[in-house]
Amino acid sequence: MQRHLISAADLTRDDAVLILDTAEEMARVADRPIKKLPTLRGRTVVNLFFEDSTRTRISFEAAEKRLSADVINFTAKGSSVSKGESLKDTAQTLEAMGVDAVVIRHGASGAPYRLATSGWIDAAVINAGDGTHQHPTQALLDAFTMRRRLVGRDAGIGQDLSGKRITIVGDVLHSRVARSNVDLLHTLGAEVTLVAPPTLVPVGVESWPCEISYDLDSTLSKSDAVMMLRVQRERMNAAFFPTEREYSRRYGLDGDRMAKMPEHAIVMHPGPMVRGMEITAEVADSDRCTVVEQVANGVSIRMAVLYLLLGGNEPAVTHTRTEEK
Amino acid sequence: MDTEQDKQQYEADARPVLEAPDIARVLTRIAHEIVERAKGADDVVLLGIPTRGVFLARRLADKLEEITDRKIPVGSLDITMYRDDLRMHPPRALARTEIPGDGIDGRLVVLVDDVLFSGRTIRAALDALNDIGRPRAVQLAVLVDRGHRELPIRADYVGKNLPTSLRETVKVQLAEEDGRDTVLLGAKRTSPDAQQ
Repeated sequence: MQRHLISAADLTRDDAVLILDTAEEMARVADRPIKKLPTLRGRTVVNLFFEDSTRTRISFEAAEKRLSADVINFTAKGSSVSKGESLKDTAQTLEAMGVDAVVIRHGASGAPYRLATSGWIDAAVINAGDGTHQHPTQALLDAFTMRRRLVGRDAGIGQDLSGKRITIVGDVLHSRVARSNVDLLHTLGAEVTLVAPPTLVPVGVESWPCEISYDLDSTLSKSDAVMMLRVQRERMNAAFFPTEREYSRRYGLDGDRMAKMPEHAIVMHPGPMVRGMEITAEVADSDRCTVVEQVANGVSIRMAVLYLLLGGNEPAVTHTRTEEK
Repeated sequence: MDTEQDKQQYEADARPVLEAPDIARVLTRIAHEIVERAKGADDVVLLGIPTRGVFLARRLADKLEEITDRKIPVGSLDITMYRDDLRMHPPRALARTEIPGDGIDGRLVVLVDDVLFSGRTIRAALDALNDIGRPRAVQLAVLVDRGHRELPIRADYVGKNLPTSLRETVKVQLAEEDGRDTVLLGAKRTSPDAQQ
């Protein structure tokens, strides 16, 4: 049995619902005066961050500490990685220290998979974002936020997102968030539409379980949730659209566009937001925007994943992926 | 996981030690004992331990309300995350923890469970309570005490003391979950591997 979380595509519907239900209970811990559980006492978790990400790292760190795990933070900057040490050597060092789980963020797509399957390390591996590939806990926290808002906090227990229509807008090409969300939302029964300029749609997108559109306005009225993606300037090595202003005019979400959405529909953003480009301040600060909730929900989801992978003698989450030798 | 056939076989072999009217009667008695000991149950909060402890706690609250004419707060306390055997089994799905709105600080908390056995569940519950607040006192009510304690824990209110052997199992069925009220005493099934 697998005991890693590498890709949102690995999760079955039952696994995903189990994680969402567990997170709902974990969220209750956040309402208590003492936000701590003894569940992972004596277990060591390393946050192995080869790429900067304050938001994801502190979210994982908060989750690990609330479950009483011992936490080691490792950032590539200033470590032996900058002196040329390989992933394999780093992994073997961690193995020698008796680490139980590794939360890895890496700029190269596939690095967490390599770490999990190479035999270098015995610990559970949790992908915290790899290149343009996957960010499964982000997809889970997005699904959690949607289930809470669109199905209900208590009514959602045991439920998936069947019949919900989700629109994901923006830089799909560079977005592991979009990729992970398409996989997970499809597993949970939602209908996903990707909206992006043709230049920011990845090759092979036809095989993804979703619809593609180049026109934001025509999709808004039939969306239960609209997820805006950040335009990832740091990953752009060519001109994908003429000007920021033009992008903003065609694919940015402003008050007028938000008014076309159904009354109950929510606006999501994985953060950090670039106000004025993909989303206006008016939308970002409205009640329908769930960005702050998504951050809080991230801690609950990561607690749930850590508990289900590490809490017992074997993981509760099953995987369908067949291992390559 | 038990198959439906296993379940039916177990129920056919097991001996009922408490039936529905007995369960109703002992709960009424426990409710009276709580009022007696707490001198009116003014500050009582009932916390059931999932799954069946929660149903018992709700039934007790109804009976207390009949006696005292006051609404008694009821909640549930899932102890999964506090178990000392977490690492020996796959992680279990979490059940609901619901603390009544006014909290438990300064209150008399009565923990309610169906069967008291090793005492480890109650130990975990005491730990969990510690993280939620500071009750004035904690008491324990159980439907069945089957003995074999592994920790120095004792119930304040017991529906039935049931001396058992470790080769026996006690199974509580309640209408809310199982469709009927009964307490069954059966023989532990051992797999051929375990007998070697």
